[in-house]
Amino acid sequence: MIAFGQFLEVLIGGLMSGVLYSLVALGFVLIFKASGVFNYAQGAMVLLAGLALVRALDLLVANGFPLWVAVVLGIGFAAVIMAATAWLIERFVVGPLVNQDALTLFMSTIGVTFVIEGVAEMIFGSDVYPLQLFPTDAWFLFEGLFPGGILVNKLDVWGALIAGILVAGLALFFQRTKTGRALRAVADDHLAAHSVGIPISWIWFVVWLAAGLVALVAATVWGTKLGVQFSITFLALKALPVLIIGGLTSIPGAIVGGLIVGAGEKIAEVYLGPSIGGGIEYWFAYVLALAVLLVRPQGLFGERIIERI
Amino acid sequence: MASIARNVLILAAVLSGAVVCTPAAAQNEQFIPILSYRTGPYAVNGAPYANGVVDYYNLINERDGGINGVKILFEECETAYATDKGVECYERLKSKGPTGAAFINPLSTGITFALTEKTATDKIPIVTMGYGRADSKNGAVFAYNFPLLGTYWSAADIAIQHVAKELGGLDKLKGKKISLLYHDSPYGKEPIPMLQVLAQKYGFEFTPIPVTHPGVEQKSQWLAIRQHRPDYVLVWGWGVMNSTAIKEAAAVAYPRDKMIGVWWSGAEPDVTPAGDQAAGYKALMLQHGAGKFPVHADIEKYIYAKGKGSTEPGKIGEVLYNRGITNAMLGVEAIRKAQEKFGKKPLTGEQIRWGLENLILTDARIKELGFEGMLKPVSISCSDHEGARYGRVQQWDGKGWKVISDWYTADESLIEPLVADVSAKYAAEKKVTPRDCAKET
Repeated sequence: MIAFGQFLEVLIGGLMSGVLYSLVALGFVLIFKASGVFNYAQGAMVLLAGLALVRALDLLVANGFPLWVAVVLGIGFAAVIMAATAWLIERFVVGPLVNQDALTLFMSTIGVTFVIEGVAEMIFGSDVYPLQLFPTDAWFLFEGLFPGGILVNKLDVWGALIAGILVAGLALFFQRTKTGRALRAVADDHLAAHSVGIPISWIWFVVWLAAGLVALVAATVWGTKLGVQFSITFLALKALPVLIIGGLTSIPGAIVGGLIVGAGEKIAEVYLGPSIGGGIEYWFAYVLALAVLLVRPQGLFGERIIERI
Repeated sequence: MASIARNVLILAAVLSGAVVCTPAAAQNEQFIPILSYRTGPYAVNGAPYANGVVDYYNLINERDGGINGVKILFEECETAYATDKGVECYERLKSKGPTGAAFINPLSTGITFALTEKTATDKIPIVTMGYGRADSKNGAVFAYNFPLLGTYWSAADIAIQHVAKELGGLDKLKGKKISLLYHDSPYGKEPIPMLQVLAQKYGFEFTPIPVTHPGVEQKSQWLAIRQHRPDYVLVWGWGVMNSTAIKEAAAVAYPRDKMIGVWWSGAEPDVTPAGDQAAGYKALMLQHGAGKFPVHADIEKYIYAKGKGSTEPGKIGEVLYNRGITNAMLGVEAIRKAQEKFGKKPLTGEQIRWGLENLILTDARIKELGFEGMLKPVSISCSDHEGARYGRVQQWDGKGWKVISDWYTADESLIEPLVADVSAKYAAEKKVTPRDCAKET
């Protein structure tokens, strides 16, 4: 019974961690879905959003603003920063490369990553900035059934709730709004979309802005978990296997991929790790991703690629 | 706004490889490279350390006009704590200045492993204060390595001594469970052989638990700790791994006062991100802790009052800043010692190696240097490149570090056989003929 309780705890903890990875993966999906660009800079955007938020928050609180006002204004400031970033990227990077192939666009986002990381730390500092927007203690469930109970972290639950709301909101945005439908049209064929009057520049600005706002949401959760600091950029590496498994074009896929990666890596680390030296969870996530790639290259929820020859 | 401007200037200078030193490159200058990391995941710990080093070298130039008139010329090179970049920095800087690099201080055990053979060939000392290869304490084999003030084997022994003291004696260790949560790198792995020796001697159960770089995700490790329920968790982390460990410990309700970090897991950036959850957390001290001493007054007077400081004045006296100035001071004193033998002029790495190996700092000299209260006497010799193996334990009370123990001295009778064994294997593998220390002067 103890062993089963411990397994449940690891499984739930893994699933919850996976949802937090999904928060980052969603930003990748949004941009790829709408522009066909694999945005390597998503991790850096989480860092930038987090730094803008926490530094504004600290400044406002230090100047006597009530916490809730500071949080609202801080989020507003960070959103403006992300909007400016989206505009700059569209204007100076993605826009001029509109007719280039996907690899060129991908390489440009690698450049954007380093620029964002450097500029963000230069402007906002490179210390660790604590952020406490959500509770970080834990519940211990079923203590009567299992000695010590099953630990569930409150921050993880908040993360899961936020991810759920984001997915629902994004699904509505893509399906029910004019801009959302235009985004899908641009994703399918941006030249054809342009020919029927859809403004490509505006659409790409909107999609980078949306990804920036998703990065801001991810930063609130991950910033609370780790403190806002450079290491947040490494979350991009945690999101990659999630994307491979869930598919680059599927928003629900990002969530399911996150759940699979989170649960898989935690179970592997706790139960397989000790017998082979430990520290396996980072690469084990990629083992799972490779297994999915071999069976279903487009990911579990990705669109099947059919090309006429 | 001032801090933004400072960040911009420091980053621009470091990234461009600019020299931060005396303006005219004359021949009467001693060149010292500074391998630092002000960017990347470990910048939060690397920057304050580098600030201490830079401020101390500037102090020597500004206050004393250099080391016996020989100005210090220094240059920072950004490694981002990456071994490949560290090696690249070393290769780029080793021949700079009129006599080449005085010594190299990589601030990374991984870079230390990569450079150990190169520096011996180039005859440039590699100074690794409080880190690096523990077996390099044996100067007969590692002529150019100087793991000053404490190796990780000394740290492991001091940590276990403190655990035993809390439990009521070394005999109380028997049957206890002690886990090591470590950065999965050469740094984190270094204490494992010593902890295995200690576990065998005292009868405690030892479990090493690796955390993958950079350590942002530790849920698995802490769920395993929750299930295993160790009596103590030793933390051998760096950068974000430390604060994440404390937060995860709080999440699984593991008592923070049963966690003991190594001295690289016991600075302000390791605890402040965890907020109140860090209260009670303990860490070893590489002798010094936080706080200001007479040397800081000089730094404020000669550097900060002239607007030449590397950091915000409020950060002077933090743990890693103090480690930076201590490290810089030991290097400067080694050069001064070498000048006694080779003359008051820029010296080669080989000559400064002699200075390091013959460096003795008495209480009186330490007081003269303004480090009284930070450091105990140091005596380096051919057979002992560590020079001192003292430590204390500090505890974070939520606002600051408080020293909670008396001085410990690492048990040489346990460490020395391991040093002899591992260094002998190294010598055999690398075909190094150990020096006869009795004949060294």
